[in-house]
Amino acid sequence: MKAGSNLEKVLEAGHFAVTGELGPPRGNNVEEVKHKASFLKGIVESVNITDNQTAVVRMSSVAACKILIDEGLEPNLQMVCRDRNRIALQSDLLGATALGCKNVLCLSGDHQRFGDHPEGKNVFDLDSMQLIAMMKKMRDEKVFLNDKELDGAPAIFIGAAANPFADPFSFRVTRLAKKIAAGVDFIQTQCIYNMAKFREYMKQAVDRGLHEKVYLLAGITPLKSVGMAKYMAKFVPGMDVPEELIKRLSGVDKKQQAAEGIKIAIEQIQEMKEIEGVAGVHVMAIEWEHRAKEIIEGAGLLPRPVVD
Amino acid sequence: MIIGDTKPLEEILEMIEGRERVLVLGCRGCVTVCNVGGEKEVGILATTLRIARKKAGRPGAVEERTLERQCDPEYIEELADVAGDYDAIVSIACGVGPQFLSERYPDVRVFPGINTTFIGGALEHGVWAERCQSCGNCLVHHFGGLCPIARCSKSLMNGPCGGSASGKCEISPDVDCVWHLIVEKMAKMGRAEELEKVWPTKNWLTSRDGGPRVRIREDLKQ
Repeated sequence: MKAGSNLEKVLEAGHFAVTGELGPPRGNNVEEVKHKASFLKGIVESVNITDNQTAVVRMSSVAACKILIDEGLEPNLQMVCRDRNRIALQSDLLGATALGCKNVLCLSGDHQRFGDHPEGKNVFDLDSMQLIAMMKKMRDEKVFLNDKELDGAPAIFIGAAANPFADPFSFRVTRLAKKIAAGVDFIQTQCIYNMAKFREYMKQAVDRGLHEKVYLLAGITPLKSVGMAKYMAKFVPGMDVPEELIKRLSGVDKKQQAAEGIKIAIEQIQEMKEIEGVAGVHVMAIEWEHRAKEIIEGAGLLPRPVVD
Repeated sequence: MIIGDTKPLEEILEMIEGRERVLVLGCRGCVTVCNVGGEKEVGILATTLRIARKKAGRPGAVEERTLERQCDPEYIEELADVAGDYDAIVSIACGVGPQFLSERYPDVRVFPGINTTFIGGALEHGVWAERCQSCGNCLVHHFGGLCPIARCSKSLMNGPCGGSASGKCEISPDVDCVWHLIVEKMAKMGRAEELEKVWPTKNWLTSRDGGPRVRIREDLKQ
């Protein structure tokens, strides 16, 4: 056991894991974090707390993680390389683990150009691969990046993201293999809509034996409407929303589209359970936390297992 | 070479407002090659300033001169006898020019007439693109001759991020994803396997992050 987090225990025990996601508020509204968290309590192993996602300023992910811990949930601290250099990343990791964080997700981070402070200077001292390696070093060798000894090393379950739909497709599994080589313990993928392409990706991963070296959680984001589906297909780089899904949502009454989106998500999860190498699902019900239970329950994944 | 962009005319006019005798000073180095600060551009800018000032009823003379280089004290020295005659010098060299001029002629007001933008090359006539970030430790040979530090928006060293779509960068459809190009090039060269290497953290000491850089060549120093 590397960190002894709930997520790690459930995965180690061989259960099909479920994680959720919570975006901190655009302000210091503690109640909002607690409110969103209340919908996720007991239905997921761990909740990703995003780190200024899409480069829009939000409450610090470390602080929001602490609020979750106090509410009795297990957070997964997302950390991006965009805003902090190696000094700040190590420092924040030590602080977060001191506060009780046991899962961390290493990301490059969305470029600030499409965020709410596009004039800002970025950092990118490390990339996500190097962030993984640095964290593993801190955990396993109990030293900083510079080899100096730590006075208390972080016990963390190290995660990273993977986008099977970004280009070039031929390099996607290689990049996954590199993250594993860097020392990642679990992977959460970006939102999956194109199941055929995802299967192809997983086949390549399994052919390389990568599923035996890492826990891979498939990313599921319910589509709230046909508008959202079209927006994601058109404007979100690296997102692959097949035309047939858009057609399916267009085919139902506007008032029924949300329910249809949830139905699609449930079907996807059912399929994911059968795909070799998929160890669980990461349900990203973005600003829709209150509907997460419906999806997870609908997929027959409740109650969540308790592993000691 | 160093690439630059002309500053807006209004900005330059504001700089020289109330300054009677003005010298527009070009450079025959990089900025001549990228058509922004050579003799020809000195002529164009000086003429434009004269017309604008005349139109606005402002008095004053705008003179023209172009030095061999503005990044060498030897050529900056050529202005020793005349620099003090000007109320303003507008340098249209890269950012080095106005600084060398200000250091050598502390009593003269020196203004930058261009914005220095990047180290790059010409893709075609009239189109330049960034190619180098002067990180001080060149690695392009590992990436098929393409620099991920300068050309990836996030300076990623270990492959394309999740925002790479159809060969373009997530920041804009006008920006190539250099990692897409690297992956394709390396595959074509039969070197795809080399990209499996996990590159460790980069030492940025040799870059601007290590502080302003000075190069001392003992073999050349007199």
